[in-house]
Amino acid sequence: MTAVMGTPMLRKEDGKLLTGESKFVDDIHVPGELWMGMVRSPHAHATITSIETSGALAMPGVHAVHTGADLAEMGLWIAPLPCAWPVTDDMLNPPHFPVASGDVHHVGEIVAVVLADSRYRAADAIDEVIVHYDTLPAAVSVADARDGDVHAHADLDTNRAFRWELIPDPDAVEAAFAGADHVVSGNFVQQRLIPMAMEPRGVLAVPSPHGDDITLYSATQVPHILKVMAAATTGIPEQNIRVIAPAVGGGFGAKLNINPDEILAITLAKKLGRAVRWTESRSEAAGSTHQGRGQLQHIELAADSDGKLRGVRVHLDADMGAYMMLITPGVPLLGSFLYTGVYDVPAFGFVCEGYFTNMTPTDAYRGAGRPEASYAIERAMDLLALEIGVGPDEIRRRNYINGGEAFENHEAASTLIFDSGHYGPSLDRALEMAGYDGLRTEQARRREAGETVQLGIGLCTYVEICGLAPSRALGGLNYGAGGWEHATVRMLPTGKVEVVSGSTPHGQGHETSWSQIIADKMGISPYDVTVLHSDTAISPLGLDTYGSRSLAVGGVAIAMAADKVIEKARLIAAHQFEAAPEDVQFENGAFSVAGSPGTTVHIQELGFAAFTAHDLPDGIEPNLQEQVSFDPPNFAFPFGTHVAVVEVDEATGRVELIDYVAVDDCGNQVNPLIVEGQLHGGIVQGVAQALYEEAVYDEYGNITNPSMMDYLVPSPTEVPSMKLDYTTTPSTTNPLGVKGVGEAGTIGSAAAVINAVCDALSPHGISDMEMPASPKRVWNAINRASGNGEGGAS
Amino acid sequence: MIPAPVEYTRAGSAEEAISLLTEHGDEAKLLAGGHSLLPMMKLRLATPAQLIDVGRIDELRYINADNGQVAIGALTRHTELEHSDVLAEACPLLKHVASVVGDPSVRHRGTLGGTLAHADPASDLPAAILALGGTLVAQGPNGRREIAATDFFTSYFESVLAADEMLVEVRVPSGGGGWNYQKFNRRAQDWAIVGVVVADAGKGIALVNMGATPLRATGVEAALAGGASAADAAAVAAEGTSPVEDGNADATYRSHLTRVLTERALNAAR
Amino acid sequence: MKLTLTVNGTTHTSEVEPRTLLVHHLRDNLGLTGTNIGCDTSSCGACTVHFEGQSVKSCTMLAVQADGGEITTIEGLAGQAQEAGISTGDQDWHPMQEAFHQCHGLQCGYCTPGMVMAATSLLDENPDADERGVREGLEGNLCRCTGYHNIVKAVLQAKGGA
Repeated sequence: MTAVMGTPMLRKEDGKLLTGESKFVDDIHVPGELWMGMVRSPHAHATITSIETSGALAMPGVHAVHTGADLAEMGLWIAPLPCAWPVTDDMLNPPHFPVASGDVHHVGEIVAVVLADSRYRAADAIDEVIVHYDTLPAAVSVADARDGDVHAHADLDTNRAFRWELIPDPDAVEAAFAGADHVVSGNFVQQRLIPMAMEPRGVLAVPSPHGDDITLYSATQVPHILKVMAAATTGIPEQNIRVIAPAVGGGFGAKLNINPDEILAITLAKKLGRAVRWTESRSEAAGSTHQGRGQLQHIELAADSDGKLRGVRVHLDADMGAYMMLITPGVPLLGSFLYTGVYDVPAFGFVCEGYFTNMTPTDAYRGAGRPEASYAIERAMDLLALEIGVGPDEIRRRNYINGGEAFENHEAASTLIFDSGHYGPSLDRALEMAGYDGLRTEQARRREAGETVQLGIGLCTYVEICGLAPSRALGGLNYGAGGWEHATVRMLPTGKVEVVSGSTPHGQGHETSWSQIIADKMGISPYDVTVLHSDTAISPLGLDTYGSRSLAVGGVAIAMAADKVIEKARLIAAHQFEAAPEDVQFENGAFSVAGSPGTTVHIQELGFAAFTAHDLPDGIEPNLQEQVSFDPPNFAFPFGTHVAVVEVDEATGRVELIDYVAVDDCGNQVNPLIVEGQLHGGIVQGVAQALYEEAVYDEYGNITNPSMMDYLVPSPTEVPSMKLDYTTTPSTTNPLGVKGVGEAGTIGSAAAVINAVCDALSPHGISDMEMPASPKRVWNAINRASGNGEGGAS
Repeated sequence: MIPAPVEYTRAGSAEEAISLLTEHGDEAKLLAGGHSLLPMMKLRLATPAQLIDVGRIDELRYINADNGQVAIGALTRHTELEHSDVLAEACPLLKHVASVVGDPSVRHRGTLGGTLAHADPASDLPAAILALGGTLVAQGPNGRREIAATDFFTSYFESVLAADEMLVEVRVPSGGGGWNYQKFNRRAQDWAIVGVVVADAGKGIALVNMGATPLRATGVEAALAGGASAADAAAVAAEGTSPVEDGNADATYRSHLTRVLTERALNAAR
Repeated sequence: MKLTLTVNGTTHTSEVEPRTLLVHHLRDNLGLTGTNIGCDTSSCGACTVHFEGQSVKSCTMLAVQADGGEITTIEGLAGQAQEAGISTGDQDWHPMQEAFHQCHGLQCGYCTPGMVMAATSLLDENPDADERGVREGLEGNLCRCTGYHNIVKAVLQAKGGA
C-alpha cells in the first residue's frame, strides 16, 4: 500500500454532484408538504399595529396565516432563538423570536408566516397579507448606533451590548507607547458582507406519521448544534428531533446559525402533523440570513526608530445587527488574539464594544474575526513601513516572531501559545514567485513615464487561529459549548470500513480526506472506506464544521479512532498467531509476528473474525468499532504570505487584480488538491471584500443591493488564475501535525489587495483605501489627493 | 421571486401579435426573449395579465445586407448578431456590441427588437443603433411605419411605440469608418455604468446610461466635425446629459467617465 | 395549459400554469432536480440548461416558451455524450464532467450543473477558447467555492481532450 495521505486523490464526492444526483434540501419532497411564505418587515424599526390576514386566507391553496402574536399564543416555543456566546456577564441580549410581535428591528424580520400547498401559492399569499406599522427611528450604521440618540431597541436605554477587553498587561502597553519613537495608527472599516453561498438556505420538517418524532432537513453547517438548540428553543425533547444536512451548497459561516425558519418549520410541522418547508430566495437572504464583518477598527502601533514593534493597541466597534444570534458577539473576539499578527509584539491591548443596529444580524462569515484582524495589522504594518521609510517586506522581516526562523510554542502578548511557525521562508518564496524585484522595476518605469495605468504590489503575511476546539479555552471565553469532535471507525464483516464523522461537510471533501486518513492508517484502499455524516441519527455526536476545524479536530479524531481499531485488531491477530500482542507488528494493513514475517493476517480479514466472534481472546468484545472524542490541547496556527499585484487605471479608478501569489503553510496536508481548492476560493472571497462586495444600507435601513445583480459576487472575468506554493511546518497540537486551511485564503487576501491598491496610489500621498475599492472610490481618492475639487465623498 | 399569474398566447405572425395586442390593450405585454420582461415579472414589478409570445415568429429573424444598409428582423437574437458573418462585413460595430450584452446564456435568448422596445438607457444595443443612425420599423393595425432611432426613445423604459405596435425590423447603414464601444462596468455580466459607442469614425456617437434614454453625443460629433482633437471633443461629452445617481456612480463621476471613455473610444475608432 | 417538452430524450406532456418557470417545471414537475436555483435575477447561472442546443438560464424562461422544444439538463449530459461517442473516463461521462472531476473544478457542487452546461455550450460556440475566452464565456455563472481557477483549468482541459 503506497501512502495516500498527502496525495492529490480525486474527490469521491464529485460523481453525484457532476451528474445532478445529489439532493439538496429543495430537491427533497414528501407528500402533503406545506410551503411557508415569510411576510417580512419593510421597515428597519417599527411597531406592528395590525395585520390583516383575511385576504391571504381566502386564496386558493392557502392553509393558514400566522402572525407572531398568534404563534406566541400557540406556545410553539419556550425560549427565544439562542445566543451561545454571551461574551460578558452583563451583555445585553434582547429576546429574538422566530416571528416578531410588537416591534420589528430590521428589514426582513418575519412578521407573519403563510402556509400554502405550493411554492407559487405561498408567494402569491405573501402579497395579500397587509401589515400596518408605526415606524420608529432606526440606527442604520454602527457609528450612528454608537454616537447617535436613536436606540435600535426602544426598550433598551443604550445600543452598546457589551464591552470586552483583552489587556493582559496594561502597564506594559502604556509603557510601550510612552517610550515609542514612532506611533502609527489606522482607522479601517470592515464593511458588511452578504455571505451568498450558492445554495440559498432551506428547510423541510417532516413529522413522523405516528409518535412525536420530527426530522428536519436543513441546509446547515451545524446539524448537531441545531438539534440541541432546537430542543432548547421549542421544548421538543431532544431525542425526538433528528436533523439531516443533505447535500449542502456551501456555507462560509452563513449556515451555522439557528434560524427563525428552522424553528418555524419544526414547530409548525409538529403542530399540523404535516411536512412544512421553505426555500430562501436570493434577494430575501439579505434579511433572512446573517451577514458578516461590520466593524470599525482603530489600531495603533508603537515602534522603535528602526521599526521594531513595541506594542499594539486596538479598539473595535462591532456591528451586532438587530439581535444576538448564535455566536454574533463572539466573532470579533475570535479575531482579538490576532491583532499582533505574525510579529513579536511585547505589549498588546484590545477592546471591543458591540453595538445593536437596526440591520440584519451579523455572525460568522469565512474567517469570522480573523480576516478583520489580519487586515488591520497588515494594513498598519504598511503604514509603519511608510513611516520608517523601508519596504513592506523589510518591515515584516524586522518583526517576525523569532526573526522569521522556525519556532514552536511561542507565547504571544495576547497570552495565546502559537503552536509552530516559520514565517521567513513563506515571504521569500512568495516574493520570488511574484517576481517582486521585476515588479518594482516595472512600477518605477510606469511612474516615471506618468502612465495612466499604474502598478501596485501588496504583501500580507498572516497567521490565523484555527481548529476552533480546546473546550477549556472556549469555556474561558464564555462560549456555551465545547470544541471537541467525535469520530467512530468501524470495520464491517467484509473488511470494508465505515467512518462516522461528527464534522459535517458542505463542499470541503470530507469523504475523500477522511478516506485517505483511514487508508493511510489502516493500510487499506481509500475506496474501501465510506464516510457517514450530517445526520444526527447516524452520527449522534459532533460539533460540526466551522472555523477551519474539521481536519485539525475531526480528522484527528478519525485517525485516533483508527488507531484504536488497529490496537484491538492487534489483540485478535496476536490471539490467532498465538503470540504476545507486543510481538505483533502492523505494517501496510497486515499483522505479523516480529521475526516471522511469512505469516500475516490482513486487518480487513479480521473484520469477519471480530464479527463472528467464534474465537476472540478472552475479555475482547465482538466487532471492530472504536470511538474517539478528541479535544485538542491548543488551537492550530496556520500562516502564509500572499502577494497581490494590481493595475489601477487612474483615469477611471478601476482596479484590476492581475496576479496573485500565495505561499501558505497549513502544516501537513492530507489532500493537496483539496488544500489548493480551499485556498483558491478563500482568496477570491477576500479579493471580493477588497474590491467588489458590500451590503449597502440606505438611511432607512433598507439593503439597496440584496440581489446577485447588485451585490457583486465576482464572476470568472474579475479574477486571475492564482499561483500557489507551500511550506510545511507541522502543528504540535495534534498527532497528524495538521492545521487547517478553510479560511486561510480569505484571511490573507483582502489585506494583500488593499496594500497593493495603496501601493499603486502612494505617489499621490494616498495611504489608505476603504473597501471595497470601487472605481468611484478610487477615482475620488485620487481627485481629492490631487487637490481637484471634482472628487466627492467616497 | 415567482411571477404573478398570467395568461399566455403564442403568436404565429406579427399580424396575429398585433391583433392580440389590440384585443387585450394595456393588459398585454409582448414576450420575445423574455430577458427584460421576465426578471421584472419575477420581482412583480411587472404584472401583465396577458403575455403574447412573439419569440417563435421566425420570419422576423434575419440579417440582410443590401443597398448600403443592413436590415435585421426584430426577433433576431443577440447571439445571431454576435456570430453574424453578414455583420462582420457590413456592421462590425453591431456584432461587437451584441457580444458584450449580458452573458452568453442571456444572448442566446435576448432579441434586438426586445431590447429596443424595452428602452432601458443602460442597455448596450439601443445606444449602438442610435450611434449608427438606425431606423426602427414598427408594425401596427394600420401597417408599418419607420421611426428614426433618434426619435424612438422618450424616457426610462418608454418609447414612441404605441400599445398596439411591435417592432418588426431594424435598419442600420452598412460600411462606415472606424468604430469602438467602451463599456465600463465592474463585472463583465453587468449593465454598463457608462458606455460610449462611436460609429463611423465619430460621425455617430451615443452614450449608455447617461440619461433617461440612450443619448447622441451631439456636442462631440459637432466638435469633431469642426476639426477638434479627440481629447478636445471628448471634453464636451457629458454636456446636456442627465445621468442617474446610484451605488456605482454619482453624476460627477458618470460625467467624468463619459469624457474619459469618449476619448478612448474616439482614439480606438480612428 | 398543455406543454410538451423533450427533456434528455424523453418526451413529457404536462399541464402547467403559464407562469411556471422552466426551472420549476424541470425540478418540481419532472423531478429533474440536478438543475439548481442560486438567484432570482438571472445573474448566477446555476439553472443553466441547454434549450435547442444552446445554454439558457431556465429561471428566465417560462416553461411554455419551450413548448415543443428539446432540453438537455445535467442529468442527460452523460447520455448525450455516450450517444455522440465522446464520453470518457471510468464513469463514461461527458468530457466536461470528467475534466471538472480531474481538475477539482467543484467543491460544494451547487453551481456545478449550471457551470458544466454553460461550459459545454461555450466550447460548442467557441471551440478555440483560450483562458480569457473561457472566463468570458462563463461570465454569467457564479461560483463561491473555487475562485474559478480550477473551473477554467477544467474547461481548457476538456477543450484539449474533446
